[in-house]
Amino acid sequence: MKPFFAAVIAWMIAWPALAAVDIQKVETNSGLTAWLVEDHSIPFTALSLRFRGGTSLDADGKRGAIHLMTGLLEEGAGELDARAFAREAEELAARYGFSASDDQVTVTAQFLTENRDAAVALLKSAISEPRFDPDAIERVRQQVLSGLRSDAQDPNDIAGKTFRALAYGDHPYATDGKGTIDSVTALSRDDLADAHSRAMARDLVYVAAVGDITPQDLSVLLDDLLADLPQTGAPMPGEVAVDLEGGVTVVDFDTPQSVALFGHAGMNRDHPDFFAAYVMNHILGGGGFESRLMTEVRENRGLTYGIYSYLMPKDHAAVYLGSVASANGSIAEAVSVIREEWAKLARDGVSAEELEAAQKYLTGAYPLRFDGNARIADIMVSMQMDGLPIDYINTRNAKVEAVTLDDIRRVADTLMQPERLHFVVVGKPTGLDG
Amino acid sequence: MLRALCLSLAGVLSGTVAPAQSINDAVTSFTLENGMDVVVIEDHRAPVVQHMVWYRAGSADEPKGSSGVAHFLEHLLFKATDTMKAGELSATVAENGGTDNAFTSYDYTAYFQRVASDRLDLMMKMEADRMRNVRLTERDIVTERRVIIEERNQRVENNPRALFSEQMNATLYLNHRYGVPIIGWMHEMETLDMEDALSFYRTYYAPNNAILVVSGDVTPDAVREMAERHYGVIPANPDLPPRLRTEEPPHRAARRLTFADPRIAQPYVSRSYIAPERDAGDQDKAAALVLLAEVLGGGTTSFLTEKLQFDDQKAVYTGAFYGSVSLDDTSFDLVIVPAPGVSLEEAEASLDAALAEFIETGVDPEQLQRIRTQLKASQIYLRDNVDAVARQYGRALTSGLTIADVQAWPELLQSVTEEDIVEAARAVLRPEHSVTGYLMQAEAISQ
Repeated sequence: MKPFFAAVIAWMIAWPALAAVDIQKVETNSGLTAWLVEDHSIPFTALSLRFRGGTSLDADGKRGAIHLMTGLLEEGAGELDARAFAREAEELAARYGFSASDDQVTVTAQFLTENRDAAVALLKSAISEPRFDPDAIERVRQQVLSGLRSDAQDPNDIAGKTFRALAYGDHPYATDGKGTIDSVTALSRDDLADAHSRAMARDLVYVAAVGDITPQDLSVLLDDLLADLPQTGAPMPGEVAVDLEGGVTVVDFDTPQSVALFGHAGMNRDHPDFFAAYVMNHILGGGGFESRLMTEVRENRGLTYGIYSYLMPKDHAAVYLGSVASANGSIAEAVSVIREEWAKLARDGVSAEELEAAQKYLTGAYPLRFDGNARIADIMVSMQMDGLPIDYINTRNAKVEAVTLDDIRRVADTLMQPERLHFVVVGKPTGLDG
Repeated sequence: MLRALCLSLAGVLSGTVAPAQSINDAVTSFTLENGMDVVVIEDHRAPVVQHMVWYRAGSADEPKGSSGVAHFLEHLLFKATDTMKAGELSATVAENGGTDNAFTSYDYTAYFQRVASDRLDLMMKMEADRMRNVRLTERDIVTERRVIIEERNQRVENNPRALFSEQMNATLYLNHRYGVPIIGWMHEMETLDMEDALSFYRTYYAPNNAILVVSGDVTPDAVREMAERHYGVIPANPDLPPRLRTEEPPHRAARRLTFADPRIAQPYVSRSYIAPERDAGDQDKAAALVLLAEVLGGGTTSFLTEKLQFDDQKAVYTGAFYGSVSLDDTSFDLVIVPAPGVSLEEAEASLDAALAEFIETGVDPEQLQRIRTQLKASQIYLRDNVDAVARQYGRALTSGLTIADVQAWPELLQSVTEEDIVEAARAVLRPEHSVTGYLMQAEAISQ
């Protein structure tokens, strides 16, 4: 217990509001690395695994295979069919989650200390011996197809798909990782087995755990859990330059409120000015009621319920995105206000007061994120995927505080490109030419 | 008592603060002299606190013709007070590294901030201020009314499933305000004005109608001292009206509706039954209904999933839902999304056949045991999530329940028998208590 307290005290001095997050690096016998926060106050462990690549590793012509494969991991594994697997998970009161997105396949688990071995054995069978039984494939395939049909009638999904197609050229990002009706319908059992070996391999995995487990126990657990996965997965796709032209793309859709996505090229996570961009974006539209976009579009004009902008550094591209929704008759005014704010920030930067308020918020709010075992595991696995050092939590606020008005000036000059800002508007907008 | 003693001894021996073994051990409650209830939930793992004030006033307490005013007022409480500018409260929370927001439901309106625990005093000072001292301008009314209309556009008008759900609710409740949406009907929202908002505010925003819920790295003594200083000085509203709502008459006829919208790609059948809710000291029926929803539709091994998705393959999805916490009559809801080639009529008939079969054959004892195990484990997982615990207390205490009811609930769930569940199904799943809705795709009309 001693080192635990020492760490807490050291950090309390540096940072009054920091949660007691003392990260240990665990190196296993088989060569895996995991980050661990031990907390024995509640008898359970939260485990988070991520496999880099995600749906972007779909084979040519097999769009949606990795997404469907991920949905089938808990639908039968090893000796157990789908129903037997579910019964076993319920008896253990273990909670498993499996999902796939553009850059990763995510596996989460929460299990009680009293039956940890059995819960981990069940998880191992799901990730290394999924059965892909024909009846399970058909059942889950129909669920995915049902979702795709609904997405095609959802203005938010239509906007997302349209923006992808405009922004990412011929990269996998240009299409929906869930696939299309045709591509998902055509997937075979072999395609799913292939998707599994492409997307879930040891060289792609990142691991974090939080809770009632020692480093020794975690090390043994991981060596067993991941022993049967292939060593290497599919190669990563290349980089893609986001090359949007300024303007508006209107997708005609009969609904009372227009939904808009807007953006242009962004900034990579490892860019030296990333923190300046992050602080600048917070001031522009980073959430909360105080941002410029929220103030101008919602508070002063009542044009929307919510408006946000966000830096989205993906593994193979970087975009700067925003979203807003406004009635068909008022979306044009919202677009015009957003354009003005984009141009104003590019031209004038931010004020000293805005910078100070943003820094106070971002540094004060950071510790509030560490509020539960699963949440902390999730943050730690993201940190590893982003290539951040294990002491990052200690240095992160200093990086936010070091951002100056000059830094933001410089970033605003290059990152903000009002003339390239492209809007995708889905609805029946009046006064907007697409 | 004995348990507490053992725990503190363990703490001394290991040199650490012993963790609470049940979440109940972390909860303290008391009432201020002006009638404001206080609940404190301790979690000292991180120096963070969540401060919430819940009012026993929601959309079901609104006057007729002013639907949406409870939620409108919630938005307006972020405007100016006697001592703060519009937006200053949120800006001050942000400046202190915190986040804040608010939410409105049928039976409550709640405001909260999450912030470092040494800023709790400031949060209370500001929240106490806006309990009585809000100052609105006509411009606030006009602009914020546009915002709530855009919120309705976003949540409801742009979402045919939400429109369908509104029609279902409006049909289920014959006489109770739960039939009116929380956000309000559009035509009434458009007429909400200053007097509507202030009248609701003056009536319901008072310490004797509020519950303070503080969770995180705090002690009950510290909360009491601060609460007395900030909230304790606000006089109670002697004219606080009792929460008397128009009640449901007996439901005597099955109702049906069809909602068609060109934006629907996946049709489905929805079924709602009027159902009893948890009442203070009387939660047994509700506990059986919670188990019934789990047994019927709580996951891959549930009865409807096995029968309709695995065996008969009539559905791509089935679900059963029951909201147990509510001041007045609640609903028990079922949904079936048909498999390709299965009509809505056929899906509905399969659902009804499955329900009849369930009542005939009863509960699989192994399934019930698995559900009990999971419910028990959820109490362990819950200790990792004091925010959820705080919300549990806020919802319960604004819905007519007591702290004793909340704390008795997990044991009550464990004690529900197979017979209780079937009996609950027989009592609630009756055609004359139900609304059945078909959500369908309409042909788009081209002009």
